[in-house]
Amino acid sequence: MFSDELKAWSWEDTTREIAAMTAADVERALSRTHCDVRDFMALISPAAEPYLEQMAQCSRRYTEERFGRTVSMFIPLYLTNACTNSCVYCGFHVANKMARTILTPAEMVQEYEAIKRLGPFENLLLVTGEHPAKAGTAYLAQALDLAKPYFANLKIEVMPLSTEDYKLLTHHGMNGVICFQETYHRENYKLYHPRGMKSNFEWRVDGFDRMGQAGVHSIGMGVLIGLEKEWRTDLTMLARHLRYLQRHYWRTRYSVNFPRMCPAENGGFQPNCIITDRELAQLTFAMRIFDHDVDISYSTRERPDFRDHMATLGVTTMSAASRTEPGGYSTHVNALEQFEVSDPRSADEVVQALRRMGVEAVWKDWDSSFDHLKQLHLSKQAK
Amino acid sequence: MENEQTKLVIAGREFHSRLFLGTGKFRSNQEMSAAIEASGSEMVTVAMKRVELDDANDDLLSHVVRPGLQLLPNTSGVRDADEAVFAAEMAREAFGTEWLKLEIHPDPRYLLPDSTETLKATERLAQKGFVVLPYCQADPTLCKHLEEAGAAAVMPLGAPIGTNRGLQTRDFLRIIIEQAMVPVIVDAGIGAPSHAAEAMEMGASACLVNTAIAVAGQPARMAAAFARAIEAGRAAYEAGLAAQVHSFEAQASSPLTAFLN
Repeated sequence: MFSDELKAWSWEDTTREIAAMTAADVERALSRTHCDVRDFMALISPAAEPYLEQMAQCSRRYTEERFGRTVSMFIPLYLTNACTNSCVYCGFHVANKMARTILTPAEMVQEYEAIKRLGPFENLLLVTGEHPAKAGTAYLAQALDLAKPYFANLKIEVMPLSTEDYKLLTHHGMNGVICFQETYHRENYKLYHPRGMKSNFEWRVDGFDRMGQAGVHSIGMGVLIGLEKEWRTDLTMLARHLRYLQRHYWRTRYSVNFPRMCPAENGGFQPNCIITDRELAQLTFAMRIFDHDVDISYSTRERPDFRDHMATLGVTTMSAASRTEPGGYSTHVNALEQFEVSDPRSADEVVQALRRMGVEAVWKDWDSSFDHLKQLHLSKQAK
Repeated sequence: MENEQTKLVIAGREFHSRLFLGTGKFRSNQEMSAAIEASGSEMVTVAMKRVELDDANDDLLSHVVRPGLQLLPNTSGVRDADEAVFAAEMAREAFGTEWLKLEIHPDPRYLLPDSTETLKATERLAQKGFVVLPYCQADPTLCKHLEEAGAAAVMPLGAPIGTNRGLQTRDFLRIIIEQAMVPVIVDAGIGAPSHAAEAMEMGASACLVNTAIAVAGQPARMAAAFARAIEAGRAAYEAGLAAQVHSFEAQASSPLTAFLN
């Protein structure tokens, strides 16, 4: 399990090592066709700032080699904002006095149909807070079953589950799981997540092993940039985690996300750091140079112009037309959203903008369609 | 300590030298013995087919066995998984070790390892408690399967055995090394110390060398040369190689990052 491996990495030493990186370290990383974690540390370090243009060129070259000039589109659906956790930075915090919505099966279907009217979306991400009693595995299974006729590829972004539950959900058509570790700083993690199920650091960080063991086809990772002042250290830990997972669960495809906080989001939490567009771009290029194949995903947290440019330089997956409140597409349009969307454009507007940048929006994931066929085949066999 | 190289551990056993030796093709057992001595190696392979298994005073063995040296019987000569399992059990009996270099090559011309039979045999032998080190194709997917089947290390080839052609499979070796959770020992095709150094610079855990030492003008001196090359390559890997090519020259016109200004 990764929680054991993580003990070998000192947060302080990693932080010092990143700070000590020099131009020579950056040039060495840029000259290598295959980088290790140390190279990644050099590329995200302040020493690499003057190399941003060279990094962009490397990143674009690798991205075009592996993905062509395409971006895969997805859309999130928040099924519920009911949550038993008390993450100090989150608007869905259990102590927040707010109306809690849990979509009913009929409402789910209405939402799916509303999404299909927004664009030819085939990749759907189902999101929940952590409320096992009201929105547990059985609830998710139902949401997946109902979504399957509408979408080729279903992912979930929910609380960490057991291996058995991940396995169970794959039988309901789930092909991917996204989970943000939020931070790899073990002690501070407990400060940000003081109570509730989420306060268990090991259960969360080892969730990725459980996904791998369950044979989940696609695993998405991320840290919440803004929690730790030493955000580069957090991302180095994520890079180590990615390498660990790739070695252990080598049949799985991985994606990374870089959610960054803005000052005073819904929870009223003041971020411990704010990273600039330049820094996020540098981080994105560094990740692509470090790993040519990993999917890099940008949500509508990011502004239109920034997203459009980054889609040509390293980003390979994007959401569009997103609502981050449960039922936001049709049934509960005024519920409280989890974060503020910075790119309010319609799916078509995003597609047109990408086309002007020379990038083709791709709606369907062929691997997942194949998964779907396999599921049908298996269920026929079972009968 | 900064200058001390990390130790290689296979199946719980620590090795100070990352050079492993094959014992075939030497002109004499004396030369072979001197080469082992000069190499500093702590593991040598012995082809079962060359040893008189019933003879406790076998001449080859008496020149190989010494304190601190791990014998690695190899199954060279077997043609499928069934024969390999049979040979492995004989080797365990005769050599008193569970360590085994699994070599299955039904093809007598190029001695190329049979991937499907090797995978089957690895699974069965690991279940029987053997420490299995399979000689295999430089196939990254196969190496992951071997690892899952219980291999203690994988031994992908650099080039066809005995050819001394160096790391013809380098692109695949790189992927194998990157993905592996068990030690990667580059076996076969290493014809010169520079080849071994290259493998080590890439991050290989160890190299197995036979022909290049056995048929050298002076095998013992060549063995020492390999030992130094392997140490140097490992040290270079751990120290982090410097930039080689400046493939990142900026293009002056219309920079890609102008939108960030």
